[in-house]
Amino acid sequence: MKTARDMGLVTCTGCASVWPDGTDRCGRCGATLRSRHDNSLQLVWAFWATGLLFYIPANLYPMLVTSTIVGTQSSTIVGGAVEIAKHGEIGIAAIVLFASVVIPVAKFIAIAHLAISVRRGSIQSLHGRQHLYEVVEFVGRWSMIDVFVVAILSALVQLSVIASIQPGPAALTFALSVIFTMLSARSFDTRLIWDSLSTRNEDPA
Amino acid sequence: MTNHPDPSTLIGCPSCDAVYLARMPAPGERAVCERCGTVLISTRENAGLHILALSVAVLILVIAASFFPFLSINAAGMANRVSLWDVATSFRSGVLVLVSVSTVLLIVLVPLIRTALLVYVIGPIELGRPPLRHARDAFRIAQELKPWAMTEVFSIGCAVALVKVSSLAHLEFGAAFWMFTALSVIVIVADRYLCSWSIWRALEEADNA
Ligand SMILES: [Zn+2]
Ligand SMILES: [Zn+2]
Repeated sequence: MKTARDMGLVTCTGCASVWPDGTDRCGRCGATLRSRHDNSLQLVWAFWATGLLFYIPANLYPMLVTSTIVGTQSSTIVGGAVEIAKHGEIGIAAIVLFASVVIPVAKFIAIAHLAISVRRGSIQSLHGRQHLYEVVEFVGRWSMIDVFVVAILSALVQLSVIASIQPGPAALTFALSVIFTMLSARSFDTRLIWDSLSTRNEDPA
Repeated sequence: MTNHPDPSTLIGCPSCDAVYLARMPAPGERAVCERCGTVLISTRENAGLHILALSVAVLILVIAASFFPFLSINAAGMANRVSLWDVATSFRSGVLVLVSVSTVLLIVLVPLIRTALLVYVIGPIELGRPPLRHARDAFRIAQELKPWAMTEVFSIGCAVALVKVSSLAHLEFGAAFWMFTALSVIVIVADRYLCSWSIWRALEEADNA
């Protein structure tokens, strides 16, 4: 198994074509060519930290503010899911909890694990980590469910005094958190996972 | 390492950098990276035609679905129904502006732009005509936009919204909800036909011809 780098070539991540090392732009798709995204890990961590920073207020502040004749009530992400469960809709409550809590937290852990293991040059479970990355890329978008629910309800539930729903500050910080973690995952260059293999092979120590 | 093969005959795995001799697999078959399992090429019979037909369906459905209500509410004699157009224009507070703008962007605009770009790129190829201006940029942007098109997430969001206020009021799905559900399926099917390697090669061949 030879890599483009071993052969003095560079692979275009946009279109999979191969060019001599030192070529700036891909002649097929026009993407900028980089054998490895050198600052990949720095970008990953910068977006990761920003995402985490927004995730904290997203859980502390209300997501939805519901006003009815009996009064005003705000609910956080977890509080909202608990209310749904109390109505007996355990399945829907599970979807909300999974999308808004399990996925984001698991994503933070998974991206950190990928970045750290690459830094260490680990050769453990290369396929496992490649799959982990693909899962992280795939599930990230599903965390937006709760943001869409807030947007839908705020537009729909406007029945003057009977009931009205407004978005809370958490709707915005949560959306930003999801977007930054998606950017963090996309900044990760998976070729770094596989590089540790060729470095170990050349260096028998 | 003495004589390199011509780079234009090679294909590199974007996920792990392994290099192979590029060979078009038989129609219906896929070329998979031996090392990391990433699908490099996946050919399907009449892929371009399928993508075009599905894309036109997506364009029509997205535009129509934006104006039909996707949910309606009924409580104590008062009623309301909203379309995505209403979500986009129902600015009331500072937070809501950003939340509704990003919702409409991810649900309507990004899928719409991405599909239009695909038609712009694949249309001429299928008709055997030279690519339109900036077709390469258009296809690159279409590929970049893929993770930000969230039509299918919205359908689930509607279902959650319906349950969430069920104690407060009676909610019902509108026509647009079913359109979005159909859309989610069409987008997934269209993406399965989309092989970026084949399209890049077709664009290149058309330019060199
Ligand atoms: Zn390229
Ligand atoms: Zn590979």
